This record gives sequence, structure tokens and C-alpha cells, in this order.
Amino acid sequence: MTPEAPERRVGALELFLTFTRITVSSFGGALFWSRRALVERHRWLTEHEFVEILSLAQLLPGASGVNLAVLVGYRFGGWRGAFASLTGFLAAPFVVIMTLGVLHQRYGDLPLVHAALTGMSAVAIGLLLAMAVRMGMVLQRRWLPWLFVSLAFVGVGVMRWPFVAVVGALAPFAIAASWRGRQA
Amino acid sequence: MSLDELWALCLYFMMLSFLAIGGAGSVLPEMHRYVVEIHALMTSAQFAQLYSLAQVAPGPNVMYVPLIGWHVAGWIGAVSTMFAVVVPSFTLTFFIAHLHARHPKAAFGIAIRRGLTPITIGLLFASAWILLPAVNQDWRGYVLTALTVALVLRTPLNPIWLLAAGAIAGMTGMV
Repeated sequence: MTPEAPERRVGALELFLTFTRITVSSFGGALFWSRRALVERHRWLTEHEFVEILSLAQLLPGASGVNLAVLVGYRFGGWRGAFASLTGFLAAPFVVIMTLGVLHQRYGDLPLVHAALTGMSAVAIGLLLAMAVRMGMVLQRRWLPWLFVSLAFVGVGVMRWPFVAVVGALAPFAIAASWRGRQA
Repeated sequence: MSLDELWALCLYFMMLSFLAIGGAGSVLPEMHRYVVEIHALMTSAQFAQLYSLAQVAPGPNVMYVPLIGWHVAGWIGAVSTMFAVVVPSFTLTFFIAHLHARHPKAAFGIAIRRGLTPITIGLLFASAWILLPAVNQDWRGYVLTALTVALVLRTPLNPIWLLAAGAIAGMTGMV
């Protein structure tokens, strides 16, 4: 036996259901649950393959959980699998979020609901900040990457310059720097 | 909102979908700029509340986008912004999945990812910076936010419990 998981085909319906199950259990980030389902439960991917496919999903624009679903779906079921996984990943959350939206519109102005949402919003921003800090911890402790962190933060957050201009100006230099430093 | 305005919003979100490096959180400042600062379709506090609603629900963060669409243009807004934000990055991912089968470890792809990571992190800090004053009215809100950061980084608690605790803190008038 090789350490690689055997290549196999998975039906569109099974992909749809698997990603529905992943997405409805994923409070605060789908990656934890994706790994558990794909590597431990179904054994479609080895640990190593999961990390590889995940880093590709994170490189591509868009939510990394969504990209992961598309990549896995394509690999095991071609374009139909990719479409089934995407739909499975988004359909149930869409229904839930719209229900919450309708409830929010109807009851959001009630003082108690408003107070609860205020508290939850303070926590939600904390979750966002913690994610930024956690990602920052994997950066090398050199001045150059942190210069790009600061420039992106100041340009978009403090100065409120357009995202496209800031990222467009920074990205070529950031990519060039990491290309030059890739042996280091 | 007229159909023309909705179409313009969707086109804008489609462009952002291509640029959403590191996930939907990194384009949040730009969505905020477009929806709140330029077009005044909602207040900053409303924007922050829709974002937190999406955090409470299961699924990917990107779900705050259809909520924005729904708020400004009803059901057609929800569905069209959802498609606007998903279809471009889906298409790109689909083609890359195709290519990936042939060149799984291209060095240039790795350089792009490493290079963009610091920018993504800077954008996430920018998102928090923009939303903080919209959410927290006084120092107690900031304490709750800081406490959340500390708990997330130091304990394996599921974030849903923190959100529940935040709701209770709000209802009992602590923030």
C-alpha cells in the first residue's frame, strides 16, 4: 500500500451531502470540520494531501472553505462534483442566514435583541482580530513582511484608500520580495 | 434601490470576488467603503450587525454578503450578490483545479502565496479597525472584544460559546 489515498470517484449526491454536513456544523470556520470529514471520516484524502489542497484553496481568491469544496469536488467527481460540492457548501447556510436576516429585520429593533446583537458584535470583531493575530504568528520575524502588513493596514484601514489601489500597489513588491527570498 | 444600482453593486462585488485573497474578510473594508461611505446604503453600525449575524450562523464568512444584498434590495439583492461574489472565484478555482492536476508544486505559486500573506493579514486588521468604532460605544465593548481575542488565542473554546456569552453580556447591560 502506498501512503497516498487511492484515487476514487465519488458521486455528486454524496459530495453534496458531505459538504452540507461540513458546512452546517462549521461555526466559526469550516476548516476544522473539513479536515475531520475528509481525512478522518471518509478518508478521501491523506493528512498530507489535505494540507496541500488547503494551501491551494487559501492561495486562490474567495473564501478558502468554498475553494476547498470546489477543489475536492473536482478531484473526486469532475465538474459535476465541483458544482455539487459548491452547492452543498453554500445552500444550507444561505437559507439559515436569510432566516436570521428576516428575523433581524422584524425583531432587531426590540431593545433586548438589539442589546444581544451589540454584545455579539463586540465578540465577532474579537474573533476577526484573533484570526489576524493567529495568521500573523506564522509570519517570519523579519521587518519586510511586517512592513507589508502595516502598509496594507494603514492604507485600507486608517487612510480608507480604495482596496484595489492599495493591494495593486503592494502586491507586486510583496510577491517579488518573497520570490527573491524563497531560498532563504 | 433601482435595478441599475443593484447591477452596479453586483458588478463591483464580482470584481472584489476576484481580489478576495485570503477569504471574504479581506475585502470587507472595500465593501464597507462602497456600501456605507460612498453610497450610504446603510449605517456603519448596521453593516457591523449584519456581519455579526453571519458570524452567528453556520457556514463560511462570505454569508455577510447576501445579507447586505438583502438589506439594500430584498430577495433579488440577496440572490444576485451571492452569485456575484461566488461565481468569479468559483470559475477561477475550477480552472486552477484543472491545472493543479498537472503542476501541483509550481514554485511561483508558492511565492505568490507567501508574498500575499502579509497583505491579507494587514487587510484583516483593517477590517477590525473599521468595524470597532461602529460596534463598541464605550470602553466596556472594547474590553469584551479584547477578552474575546485573549480567549480565542489561549483556549480551544468553540467560538459559538463566545458569541453566546456576548449576547448574554449585551442583554444584561454589561456592554
